[in-house]
Amino acid sequence: MTGETAIVEFERVGLRYGTGGEVLRDLDFRLTAGSFYFLTGPSGAGKTSLLKLLYLAQRPTRGAIRLFGEELSTLARDAMPPLRRRIGVVFQDFRLVRHLSVFDNVALPLRIGGATDVEVEAPVREMLAWVGLADRASARPATLSGGEQQRVAIARAVIASPELIVADEPTGNVDAAMAQRILHLLTVMNRQGTTVVVATHDLSLIAATPGAQLIRLENGALTDPTGGLRNPAAGSFGPRR
Amino acid sequence: MNWLFAPLSERRLIPGGGLRGATPWVIAIMVFVMIVVAAAGLALSNVAGLVARGVSQRYSIQLADGAGRQGVAVFAARSAPGVVAVRPVSPAEMRATLERWLGPAGASADLPLPAIIDLDLAPGADAAAVGRRIEAAVPGAHFVAHADSLAPLLTALKSLSWLAAALVLLVALANAAAVVLAARGALDTNRATIEVMHGIGATDRQVVRLFQRRIAIDALLGGVAGGVAAALALLVVLGTGSGWIAELAGGAALRAGDVLLLALLPFAVAVLATLVARSAVLTALRTNL
Repeated sequence: MTGETAIVEFERVGLRYGTGGEVLRDLDFRLTAGSFYFLTGPSGAGKTSLLKLLYLAQRPTRGAIRLFGEELSTLARDAMPPLRRRIGVVFQDFRLVRHLSVFDNVALPLRIGGATDVEVEAPVREMLAWVGLADRASARPATLSGGEQQRVAIARAVIASPELIVADEPTGNVDAAMAQRILHLLTVMNRQGTTVVVATHDLSLIAATPGAQLIRLENGALTDPTGGLRNPAAGSFGPRR
Repeated sequence: MNWLFAPLSERRLIPGGGLRGATPWVIAIMVFVMIVVAAAGLALSNVAGLVARGVSQRYSIQLADGAGRQGVAVFAARSAPGVVAVRPVSPAEMRATLERWLGPAGASADLPLPAIIDLDLAPGADAAAVGRRIEAAVPGAHFVAHADSLAPLLTALKSLSWLAAALVLLVALANAAAVVLAARGALDTNRATIEVMHGIGATDRQVVRLFQRRIAIDALLGGVAGGVAAALALLVVLGTGSGWIAELAGGAALRAGDVLLLALLPFAVAVLATLVARSAVLTALRTNL
């Protein structure tokens, strides 16, 4: 394992909000490029906080994180955006821009990356067709169902072909068929070399992704204290038949 | 200036703005006040300058005991070096002046009249030497510089001009403060959008550009509206008061350069507002977001 390229490395990472206690403590692990990870654990275990560290919404209060080879604790604010553009995020609460259309929401990462209106047209239409929202391109998020909003959020996260996809419960609001479709999209992206981290409670999703690895959090700590990609294969956590 | 002409897709990121918001109207009112106050200040400054230039070489010989020695004084003045014009004030003119101050008693033939002779000196002439020469020729004559007599008036006019300039500066500062508040308000309103943009890799500059453009357009709209209103107000004032203003200012209260300066004020306000908004948004982003 050590020969594989690490896209993320955590060393004794701790995180606390304000003056409260640590919500994450002594996280020590590495994620290799091109792998697929499920992040599991009970509610309140710190999954969302760990994802925030991964998508650079938070900096650790102690320890060191290296992302794409950059040490985050010493990284200047101005150096963050280029790293963020290499990460696609599916937020648990979707965070769609409510006054923008579905099309514009999905096009946002491309436009922020400098693409013109002409350049975004085809990929966004294609992505919307893929998530089954081609006919809702002009709709505002408020007029969409929860599942549709989630699909827009996923389309926005993957449209710019990021190197790392971080998804917080990406199938929480969709039916089983759409969940499989979303998982398939993430799997396809993973096969193309994208590292994928999905926080989920859905064991069937984990079971349906052979080759994926598990990171389990409890009370802000990894249950495998040795870390370092020694997590069991995801398939072994699937529901018994 | 590309940021000012952003594509529609970029403009849609921050909704609202334009004449629907309060900012352009606040800026319009401030620009209106700035232009009117600046115009008044410039007019006062022009009047003060004209008066000062008009009296800088003008002097008077005053003879308290009347017209008996006026001829000697006029002769002494005309023969003094550097004197280019001598104009004795006529007795009728003197009586009219006295009547203005003393009432009908001033027109009485029993009232002994003082004599006044106005002199214009050539630029560079030695006024003190002229004064000594006249006072030697006509004992008891007073040689008085008009600039000394009008000094309090000129000081007051210059003070009012500076006061107007200070008021313009104060309004500009108030304008900047209003822009800071508007920028912070817009940031708060659009906080969720900014967080999403930051989350997917937008730089502070990209976010700032959105707000900078919004404020620049608001300031331009407000500035032009305030400028047009001020121009109309000034035209009305100058039209109704053109007689005395022209008389005071020697023809024109505002010169072409002044009008150009006033016309540039709305655009200067727009530039100031844009720079202030940029700085306020950048600071807020680095502090809070």
